[in-house]
Amino acid sequence: MIRVVLPPHLRTLARVRDEVTLEVPGGGPPTRAAVLDALEARYPMLRGTIRDHVTAQRRPFLRFFACTQDLTHEPEDAPLPAAVAAGAEPFLVIGAIAGG
Amino acid sequence: MSGVRVLVGTRKGAFILTADGKRSRWDVSGPHFAGWEIYHLKGSPADPDRLYASQTSGWFGQVIQRSCDGGKTWETPGGGVTTAPGQMPKGESNKFVYDASPPTGKPLTTHQWYDGTQHPWEFKRVWHLEPSLTDPDTVYAGVEDAALFRSSDGGTSWQELAGMRGHGTGPKWQPGAGGMCLHTILLDPRNPKRIYVAISAAGAFRTDDGGTTWRPINRGLHSQYIPEPTAEVGHCVHRIALHPSRPNVLFMQKHWDVMRSDDGGDSWREVSGNLPTDFGFVIDVHAHEPDTVYVVPIKSDAEHYPPDGKLRVFRSRKGGNEWEPLTKGLPQRDCYVNVLRDAMCVDALEPCGVYFGTTGGQVYASADGGDSWTPIVRDLPAVLSVEVQALP
Repeated sequence: MIRVVLPPHLRTLARVRDEVTLEVPGGGPPTRAAVLDALEARYPMLRGTIRDHVTAQRRPFLRFFACTQDLTHEPEDAPLPAAVAAGAEPFLVIGAIAGG
Repeated sequence: MSGVRVLVGTRKGAFILTADGKRSRWDVSGPHFAGWEIYHLKGSPADPDRLYASQTSGWFGQVIQRSCDGGKTWETPGGGVTTAPGQMPKGESNKFVYDASPPTGKPLTTHQWYDGTQHPWEFKRVWHLEPSLTDPDTVYAGVEDAALFRSSDGGTSWQELAGMRGHGTGPKWQPGAGGMCLHTILLDPRNPKRIYVAISAAGAFRTDDGGTTWRPINRGLHSQYIPEPTAEVGHCVHRIALHPSRPNVLFMQKHWDVMRSDDGGDSWREVSGNLPTDFGFVIDVHAHEPDTVYVVPIKSDAEHYPPDGKLRVFRSRKGGNEWEPLTKGLPQRDCYVNVLRDAMCVDALEPCGVYFGTTGGQVYASADGGDSWTPIVRDLPAVLSVEVQALP
């Protein structure tokens, strides 16, 4: 199971209080793209809020962290850290600190 | 009528204000969608419990919300949590994709940019939601960058009325300071094939075939801020209003100038008359008197607040030209708020109620056609839109 932590506004939109846990299909180590695919399949209301509907590009003010690393600019099909794959550490979707 | 429900969109959430028919004691619920910008929310004329809301964020983009119980509960249409194996809701209620396919019109991908070059159309947000007059599941969305979308499944999916953007003048449109938004959608109650829309900064447009083909309706507009002041398009129309009993008569608040058309927009004439300034954003028509019109003059395009620090609604009972200030209950000193284009409305009770919201967070109500005003709330986030429903 992959653990995903969403920013507060997306937790409200998805109607979840805490982190979510996801089964990520596929045989190999999970990737960012596979995790987000699984997240959007489970919570369709999140489609378009993290990645653009058409281009599937990350929305500009969001970043992806895990295991104290910024994975935002890693390839979307790169394997996530082993601790994330094992469920020991969460995959974090972070909203930029901006605005008031 | 048993009461009214006022739907308020703000920079930080939505609020629902309710009162009985006297409109003197109000209950306030909210914030709904706390922390999000709510550009607009509006109820279906065919089912007052059906509401639609445009929820947006610089971080997370566009979300469409729908309520089937008058705003007590909300859902993202077609986007509920997947609970069964193989179940795969589309989650496309916030998917607004411009249609550039040849069958629906000439592919159109660019418009005029600030530097004179052509720029790709990019979806940013929904400014205005206009539910059908007859079908609660049909709703129109005016979006930035300017285009018109329609949903016929209760907001679950959206299709562009591509003839609007692709009728020919689109490459000449350019964004105003607030963005290139389609902000006004008027459905003709007597002719279901006729729709009026307005775009900043392109102008007003009309379809007479239900949205397939469109044409500009800007003859008579005069705008000093464009190279050719009487051009076919390029005018910064801020808002248009009509009275349901006389839908061929339109009133327009333009960037500067208050205008009137008596022929469905084919031609316009100025009716600013004795207004202290003819700049402003809102305009609306009394629910029972088709020639009674309301505006809130704003000092100028450089100073977006009322002249002299006095918040005044101006009313014409003669369809324009002759205006009287309405000040009772409104601040008459040190007031420097703005009233944005979607932030005024009228109810159909007797006497007619008039409402408007300010960027200072006040929502004012008049239960006597504008003669006197009372703040329903004073300290909301900046108000973006105000709509009212008369409840059975």
